[in-house]
Amino acid sequence: MEGRNGMNTTNSGLLHPSIEKVVVMEGTHAASYAVKLARVQVIAAYPITPQTSVVEKLSEIVSDGELDAKFIKVESEHSAMACCIGSSISGARAFTATSSQGLALMHELLHWAAGSRLPIVMVNVNRAMAPPWSIYVDHNDSLSQRDTGWLQFYAESNQEVTDTVLQAYKIAETVSLPVMINLDAFVLSHTSEPVAIPKQELVDEFLPARKASFKVDTSDPRAFGALIGPEAYMEMRYKLYQAMEDARSVIREVDRDFANMFGRSYGGLVEEYMAEDAETVLITSATAVSTARIAVDELRSMGFPVGLMKIRTFRPFPVDEIRALAKHVRKIGVMDRNVSFGATGIIYQETKAVLYNAPDRPAVFGFIAGLGGRDITPETINEIFSYLMNHEEPVSEAVWVGLKTAGADRPEPPFPENSAAMKRSDGV
Amino acid sequence: MGQIKYQLPPEEVLAPGHFACPGCGATLTMRYALKALGRKTVVVIPACCWSVIDGPVPYSAAGVPVFHTAFETAASTACGVKAGLDAQGDHETTVLAFAGDGGTFDIGLQALSGAAERNEDFIYICYDNEAYMNTGIQRSSATPLGAWTTTTPTESPKAEKKKNIVEILAAHRIPYLATASVAYPDDMISKIRKAKDIRGFKFIHVFSPCPPGWKFEPEDSIKISRMAIESKVFPLIEIFHGTDYKLSKEPEGVPVRDYIKIQGRFRHLDEERIGIIQENVDEEWERLYSKCVPTTQAHHAGSGEFQGERRSSAALSIRETDSAKKKVQSARR
Repeated sequence: MEGRNGMNTTNSGLLHPSIEKVVVMEGTHAASYAVKLARVQVIAAYPITPQTSVVEKLSEIVSDGELDAKFIKVESEHSAMACCIGSSISGARAFTATSSQGLALMHELLHWAAGSRLPIVMVNVNRAMAPPWSIYVDHNDSLSQRDTGWLQFYAESNQEVTDTVLQAYKIAETVSLPVMINLDAFVLSHTSEPVAIPKQELVDEFLPARKASFKVDTSDPRAFGALIGPEAYMEMRYKLYQAMEDARSVIREVDRDFANMFGRSYGGLVEEYMAEDAETVLITSATAVSTARIAVDELRSMGFPVGLMKIRTFRPFPVDEIRALAKHVRKIGVMDRNVSFGATGIIYQETKAVLYNAPDRPAVFGFIAGLGGRDITPETINEIFSYLMNHEEPVSEAVWVGLKTAGADRPEPPFPENSAAMKRSDGV
Repeated sequence: MGQIKYQLPPEEVLAPGHFACPGCGATLTMRYALKALGRKTVVVIPACCWSVIDGPVPYSAAGVPVFHTAFETAASTACGVKAGLDAQGDHETTVLAFAGDGGTFDIGLQALSGAAERNEDFIYICYDNEAYMNTGIQRSSATPLGAWTTTTPTESPKAEKKKNIVEILAAHRIPYLATASVAYPDDMISKIRKAKDIRGFKFIHVFSPCPPGWKFEPEDSIKISRMAIESKVFPLIEIFHGTDYKLSKEPEGVPVRDYIKIQGRFRHLDEERIGIIQENVDEEWERLYSKCVPTTQAHHAGSGEFQGERRSSAALSIRETDSAKKKVQSARR
């Protein structure tokens, strides 16, 4: 049984038997405790708001002897990722955490980690890119790392952060690719929620010690990452591409295994909410999904057939899931907490792209909201649904929601002022 | 100069089928480093000549595991390899970061400084060929005053002095720091072996001649390396804990002119400019020498042979043997 935060209880109200204890903690600490449970061997990190409390808590955990790991307090995020790469190629399980500018600084080495096929796991606290300086949430930092070969997860709750870190190591070590787990700055990173901490012995069973299929080994000396000519580079890239394709089924499988052992599931690449019989579905990601659930509940209670699809993994992109959704909905709205200048919201682009060659192509609308930490409230979501119901076809590629600048594309006024215009599209 | 008897470890770890140019100092450096360290060594190589020399996929000449890494990450990646091995209970394998001057003096300086400050337990060897040779001879901050490179043409040769990487590392107070030369392999090997037995951060700065980059004949590599030492351009020293300086070899003090005249990269220099370079070398030498000996009385003492320690500086040798060696021993696993 899942509650709002993914907390699972039995019908009698008792906790799932896999749970050691339930602790109220912020999102960053939900990551730290998962790193401990995953028995990470090397941590390398550099402070940046609002990631810092991930590694502060880990420093405590390591110095208290609760986790037997090497903790390297490096002099930059760039070195943090290089340390993770070095320790991962030696066969160890490695972790780092960062945010925004720190992630951007790592960019070159994100390619290096994926190209080296190293199962590093990193938590990125999504924070807007400067300038101007902002410490608040949007997703341009991680989405700018789209083509580096990292799997990208976006978490909705603190429980999902903990659980996804555990799943991430299993996925990463299966497909030999690094995984980035993203959580929204402050909205999740510094918001306290109850988190079920699973029993260590069950985590050990779910996630045994890493067995590297290749590493720097003096008894079998090999060179990694040396020069390669045009005769073989492309094949190595194809293997990486294929590993990311394989990751789709691995993610679903690992989520199922996780559910069997711990009683919590996140649906794999996406999670749907009231989407089964919906005519209009909003696609979005991260904490905005929780807000959208409330808006959907309200609209449903008013009789509007609306639903949600949560993008849990941006890489690999949930192609099959979106195509399946397109079979039975009339309109899809995509709310992006990011923008690609010169194009549109990024998830909007990708959603349209996967539908172009699909037989079922509902109208797809793109919305941009919540940049630089601007609140996404149920009213924001209502505005978007209102717009969707009042338009048969998109008139703009990027509708900026809640924008104060005059002259921009803006949606209709929100409910309830606009409720008269909110006619069911089927005329009911 | 006395007779030098080479007693090099006979085992060749480095295979002959590498991609180096004839007379390459970087390749001799790797050869001697691997002789000193043996097969239980992992080498981390950033972008540099050695990215090519070790051979393309699927070949590797090194004879030990090699991880190629990004230009500026030799120190940080090596630090990760060491931590990873340690975390898995392997405290025996030596981790060696092996980088050129560009990856050390310039783009990799931050990671290098970070690793040195944290006193990470690995050996960093910088083979210094005094320019970006792999990309085709562009100036680095290790390029000496007055030298030609493709980005410092003869009309405006390098106007700045070479960055003093040794002093930068000494300021980090790392347990062991040494300079070495391919002209004196036994000295280099003994220093690398010493580094292997010391726990913490070890930095070896190797003078690494480059025939195509410096414009000289490959057979003159060793001669030029020897002249760099004898002219005081590249003194052979050891520094313990960043404070205890020890001269490994007393230079004969041949004119810098003799060293410069046999390299095409300095061909454009007139006598006046050579004079400026000589002054600069003398100045740097005096500064270094004053740190190597407590007094300047024995300025020209020593025969020029390898002495293990300076005969003229008893105080220094006591410090070295009693204090530093104890530190070395206590650091041994």
